[in-house]
Amino acid sequence: MPTIFIDGQELQVNDGENILEACLNAGLDLPYFCWHPAMGSIGSCRQCALVQYQNEDDTRGRIIMGCMTPVTEGARFSLKAENATEFREAVVESLMLNHPHDCPVCAEGGECHLQDMTVMVGHRDRRYSGKKNTHRNQYLGPLIHHEMNRCITCYRCERYYKDYAGGTDLGAQASHDHLYFGRHEEGVLESEFSGNLVEVCPTGVFTDKPFLKQYSRKWDLQSAPSICNGCAVGCNIAPGERYGKLKRVHNRYNHEVNGYFLCDRGRFGSGYVNSDARLDYAGIKQADGSYMAVHQQQALETAASWMQGKKVAGIGSPRASVEANYLLRELVGAEHFAAGFSEAEAPLMASVRRILQTTQAMIPSIKQIEAADAVLVLGEDITHTAPRVALALRQSVRNKSFELAEQMGLPQWQDAAVRNLAQDQRSPLIIVSAMETRLDDIASQCISLAPDQIAEFAVSIVEALAGEPSSNKQANQIAEILQSAKNPLIISGTSMVHWGIVNAAVAIAESLCTEPSGCMLSLCIPEANSLGVALLADKSSPSLPDLVNSPPEVLLVVENDLQRRLNPQQMEQLMSAGTLVISMDMLENATLGASDMVLPAASYAESQGSLVNMEGRAQRYFPVFEPAAERLPSWQWLLKLAALTNHKSLSKIEHFDQVVAACAKSQAEFTNLVDAAPDQSFRDRGLKIPRQTHRYSGRTAMNAGVNVHEPQQPHDHESPLAFSMEGLNRDQPAALTPYVWSPGWNSNQSLQKFQAEVDGPLKGGTAGVKLLQSSASGATQKASCEAVEMQAHHWQLVPVHQVHGSDELSVNTDEIAEMAGMGFVSLGAAVAHKLGVSEGDGVVLASGGTEVSLEVRILQRVAKNCIGFGLGYAETLYLRAGSLATLAVDAQWQRPQPQLIASDKATPDPIVAEGGSAHV
Amino acid sequence: MEKVLTRNIGVDQKPTDLKAYEANGGYQGLRKVMAGMSPQDCQAVISDSNLRGRGGAGFPTGMKWSFVPSDDKCTPGHKYLVCNADEMEPGTFKDRLLMECDPHQLIEGMILSAYTIGADISYIFIRGEYLLAIQRLRDALKECYASGLLGDNILGSGYSLNMYLHPSAGRYICGEETALINALEGKRANPRAKPPFPQVSGLWGRPTIVNNVETLCNIPHIIDRGADWFKTLGLGEDAGTKLFGVSGRVKNPGCWELPMGTPIREIIEQHAGGMRDGYQLKGFLPGGGSTDFLTTEHLDLAMDYNVIGAAGSRMGTGTMIILDDRTCPVGMVLNLIRFFAHESCGFCTPCRDGLPWSRQVLQDLEEGRGQPEDLETLSYQIKYIGAIGNTHCALAPGAMEPLQSALKYFYDDFKQHISSGRCPYH
Amino acid sequence: MSKSEMIQTDIGSVLTAEEIAEIDAELAHVPYKSGAAIDALKIVQANRGWVSDQCLQGIARHLDMSAEELEGVATFYNLIYRRPVGEKVILFCDSVSCWINGCDDIKDKISQTLGIDYGETTSDNSYTLLPVPCLGACDRAPVMMVGDDLVTHIDHEMVQQLFASAEQGSAE
Repeated sequence: MPTIFIDGQELQVNDGENILEACLNAGLDLPYFCWHPAMGSIGSCRQCALVQYQNEDDTRGRIIMGCMTPVTEGARFSLKAENATEFREAVVESLMLNHPHDCPVCAEGGECHLQDMTVMVGHRDRRYSGKKNTHRNQYLGPLIHHEMNRCITCYRCERYYKDYAGGTDLGAQASHDHLYFGRHEEGVLESEFSGNLVEVCPTGVFTDKPFLKQYSRKWDLQSAPSICNGCAVGCNIAPGERYGKLKRVHNRYNHEVNGYFLCDRGRFGSGYVNSDARLDYAGIKQADGSYMAVHQQQALETAASWMQGKKVAGIGSPRASVEANYLLRELVGAEHFAAGFSEAEAPLMASVRRILQTTQAMIPSIKQIEAADAVLVLGEDITHTAPRVALALRQSVRNKSFELAEQMGLPQWQDAAVRNLAQDQRSPLIIVSAMETRLDDIASQCISLAPDQIAEFAVSIVEALAGEPSSNKQANQIAEILQSAKNPLIISGTSMVHWGIVNAAVAIAESLCTEPSGCMLSLCIPEANSLGVALLADKSSPSLPDLVNSPPEVLLVVENDLQRRLNPQQMEQLMSAGTLVISMDMLENATLGASDMVLPAASYAESQGSLVNMEGRAQRYFPVFEPAAERLPSWQWLLKLAALTNHKSLSKIEHFDQVVAACAKSQAEFTNLVDAAPDQSFRDRGLKIPRQTHRYSGRTAMNAGVNVHEPQQPHDHESPLAFSMEGLNRDQPAALTPYVWSPGWNSNQSLQKFQAEVDGPLKGGTAGVKLLQSSASGATQKASCEAVEMQAHHWQLVPVHQVHGSDELSVNTDEIAEMAGMGFVSLGAAVAHKLGVSEGDGVVLASGGTEVSLEVRILQRVAKNCIGFGLGYAETLYLRAGSLATLAVDAQWQRPQPQLIASDKATPDPIVAEGGSAHV
Repeated sequence: MEKVLTRNIGVDQKPTDLKAYEANGGYQGLRKVMAGMSPQDCQAVISDSNLRGRGGAGFPTGMKWSFVPSDDKCTPGHKYLVCNADEMEPGTFKDRLLMECDPHQLIEGMILSAYTIGADISYIFIRGEYLLAIQRLRDALKECYASGLLGDNILGSGYSLNMYLHPSAGRYICGEETALINALEGKRANPRAKPPFPQVSGLWGRPTIVNNVETLCNIPHIIDRGADWFKTLGLGEDAGTKLFGVSGRVKNPGCWELPMGTPIREIIEQHAGGMRDGYQLKGFLPGGGSTDFLTTEHLDLAMDYNVIGAAGSRMGTGTMIILDDRTCPVGMVLNLIRFFAHESCGFCTPCRDGLPWSRQVLQDLEEGRGQPEDLETLSYQIKYIGAIGNTHCALAPGAMEPLQSALKYFYDDFKQHISSGRCPYH
Repeated sequence: MSKSEMIQTDIGSVLTAEEIAEIDAELAHVPYKSGAAIDALKIVQANRGWVSDQCLQGIARHLDMSAEELEGVATFYNLIYRRPVGEKVILFCDSVSCWINGCDDIKDKISQTLGIDYGETTSDNSYTLLPVPCLGACDRAPVMMVGDDLVTHIDHEMVQQLFASAEQGSAE
């Protein structure tokens, strides 16, 4: 560890880091703009200037850029030297020549890195008397608002969007002080990760468009540490609330999981929390089919009376918390508890569970995925099935360039230099899939095969790895690439609903584990808590078809729309008059509509629970705000039911922590669940953790426009967080960090004050805990898969997953629905040509007795005999992976008009916060 | 004096074709090398010759070449030689002459240089507006390919080299070698951070040498006639001859090949014929628009890198721009700063936003809106923008050179703009 | 063939076969297709005078680049025109040596004669006036390029001679 001197202070610094990093690690306030811990240095903004001295006798020194200067033993610097402070001020003064003074109406105001840096360098009086340059803004879609006049040309947006996230439709244009960052033409940003622009931009050029429509300042938001429930990756998020509405979602740093970035489903897909389709009150179905609203207690008592002495079964949910699922299982008994998977999904999830518990391969975190130097993806379009993993793979292919840089003694953070050196040389990424994927652009090889053939192909790789070169040359070649890698990674998952693919992927990983390199194995699974609920189900647990075939007298459904899991006949049979169905959920759906009693469940933003992600990591989310009306978190509904039905063990439980403890005790897999986050008793220096910022305004008066009575501040008896601004948000365990903010650092860049070191874990460690420890006994099972038998004039259906559209909850957000469009069928260009259809035309797809009209999307790369269908759309609900289908041109089809929201263009709605304009 | 670089250039400025070039001793250096000189031999001669880059920075050419890793020290692949023919420095018009009138001299220099550094591909990155030079180089390249001087197995030596012409789409910053490399790669021509230097990681990430036209034109002569001969050409400490030019209100503006170390007075008074009638010399930029002003007191200095450096300016491209007593120094600096502000690539803050700020202050002064504190602001900007290292590349510090020296030598002119509320020259 | 006829929208590419052949010749000596981006822009511009959105998209497709990436390149350089220009572009040098030799006055004369300012095109579409950095002919200042020709030692009479026949007034 080299020693450097900054203003006479001796510092031990990390080998290979740059001076800016060293300063930030030392807690020094050195301003910067263009540098980003995940993206490295380019030296463009010139803000992080220091003076470097040749030696002890040098009193003049020279200006250097902290981000571009590596630490060297004995080097001497000054942050405080007058020429350094004057230079840093001059940089801000010149950035402000053209920056508008619109902070009061800017969505970044109050959390603007530019504001912070301006104050930090002490710039105040303007000497420039010329006009400011102005630009035209662009319509960039429903998610991102563009305000180019605010740009300070730090290049972060372009570098993030293009270099980091692989987007192609946003870049730098023009030159000198006319630089412009935008698209070639107006239009929806294509990247699935566009939302990070909001946090990457140091000022208000790219802002969160849905948030703008219901804007609040950062200091007025109430936040809690939370976990995204959009997929099984388990990104950590910081949702913010005011006036009872979930306003926005920001990234919450987790060193091992999402780092600094979220996908757009995670950032923008929570609008459903504020939806009008949310259930507010419990209801009991009347003879005429309508529901009568009843009070919580009445509903509970009725439900308890229905359950008394009856055969009760429960259906859990892959999107409900471990705790809710656990309570349901205990309430109805394991032998009556269905995990809530579809018939096809259930055995797959059971296999994944077994694999994770027995494989010799290492199950990597996202951070570890970024370190892979050869990746084989089998069957998945990761960008749509586990988006944040795809972003990690985009970094992993850069390991080749880091290797080249190292040979030249070039540090990784020299971002532009490393990219120039490597050009398009990348580490191998091989994608074997039925259709083109969003990572094809960085893949060294893309192979298109039908799902059965993917499994077959993977088996050839296993054979080649075992030293029996197969007749398949490609497979031999891939085996060689994997064998020669230092850190290979196999990725597969359940998205093709194909056990053969998963099993063969595991076999490849297992066989690579006999090499000295070992192997990483990452399996993508469908939903936020698929693994958690799979762990709760045991051999005695019934499947959904079991319940359909022998329906219980009373059925409890927790947060599960069974329409997505059953076919219409099964659904009807299960919900038939013979069974009393009690369902709790958030949004109106088919299951609630067919239930005898509905209970309004709190969303993730109003409740507490744990989710187990795809790597077996349990993470805790906490309520951001109190549930409105008569909503309750599912775990509380279930606990109250248990009490009323005098359940022998559960009736003694009152609090969340007791549920966690009971669950942890109930089976070995959950032992660590108690460590997912500190329990309710945790105090930081005697105080709870505040959800509100220390500048939170109008706490006692913010609802005066509705009711002049000053409501009592809600108390949180279940967690160490408080619905309050009192307390400390500093150095607490990572799982309890609701937002980042530090004196002088009002923007999200204050994160560096919470990190133990630049780009390292938080001072409070890493949130969450791994539940599973593999026995490493070897997970391979003989694959026995029935291949789909093709018929003439038929196509095999392959599910096409979509970041926007396939997920059950996020599509209930207006902006996400707009992005998702309508149900579609994906065809290869040849098939489309044969049918005589082009992009945007309609076809009638017939499969398994259903006939649907779908929009045509044309793909460049599709396996023979395969067509894809957009998964999760109303139109495609009853299409099944692997089924055969026929296609015909839809003569009645009318092309949908492009949906442009008028307010996005010329005259945006005035932004007025609820509660009156005084709160804007 | 013996003409070296311009020996094939007559007063009519007719182009020299292959036949004429060879008739006057052309490609002899190349034949000598192909017949048996090793790249190491060539490198030794060039290093020994003390040739310094003629593009403006004056970096020793032999040393620059020596940083190219040998084949055993780098991954297998191409190495590149690039000729920087993007002459855009205001007031500079020397490379145009060399390319229009004697294209083969440049090509021979490039083949020899490429051979020395082990390059197998070379580019001439030329100003898009130099249409005549482009046409003549294109013709010359055709002749070379047709006679085995370029392409596979040059003159039966086993050495192969391809040479391509890339006319620029126009940007001053492309004269900066790493920006030029980005432009050649088809990208926005932002300069790259150094290190790594292009010698190690340049065009398409491969070892690359970028040399100015005039530098490369010297190579055949040095190889043919030796380092010692070359060193005798200079009058002072620097070796060789140089194209010196003079523009502005002189009687005979033009460009001449003269020994290094020729006194400035000789260049201006003899070759350029002195000032036009009715005009007095007030000052001059010795080597293009990004060098510091010198004044009448410096007329007896020799045009040598270190001599001009010691006087507080730079030799630059060696083409002088004369400021006469009837031209406004503030206006002249405003013209230059406007140019540099427009030609900023926009990558780093002091250059992108600082230069327009200086331009605006100068414009206020020139148009009679100046305030006493403006001079303080200009000094502040010079300190902020002017130091190498404060900015990403040398463009903005170069832009500050005429400004800072104008403030030094013509301070009264600036003051007068403020006190009289108008430009006294109008 | 007029310029508008050259725009073929039906076959997916707006570029002519000749343009594509010329671009492909450039591709032969670059390791990445995007390496020929500037050459391709210049080829199309040489043929059509300027680079329209459609052409830019066509070139981008041909070079496997995104339109955004190519737009970034096209808008960086002074000599790529993203708006229509007249039949001849006047590149008027306004750099230091020409300025000393009175180019401001000449520029005014040109503007007056043609009725256009920088960035504008005469209504008969014959000339577009643009400033250009030093043309490297300072010994012959003031200078400009009119189309492909370098015009040196410009004075008022020369301007009159060159442009008197052109129609006045700017057209957008």
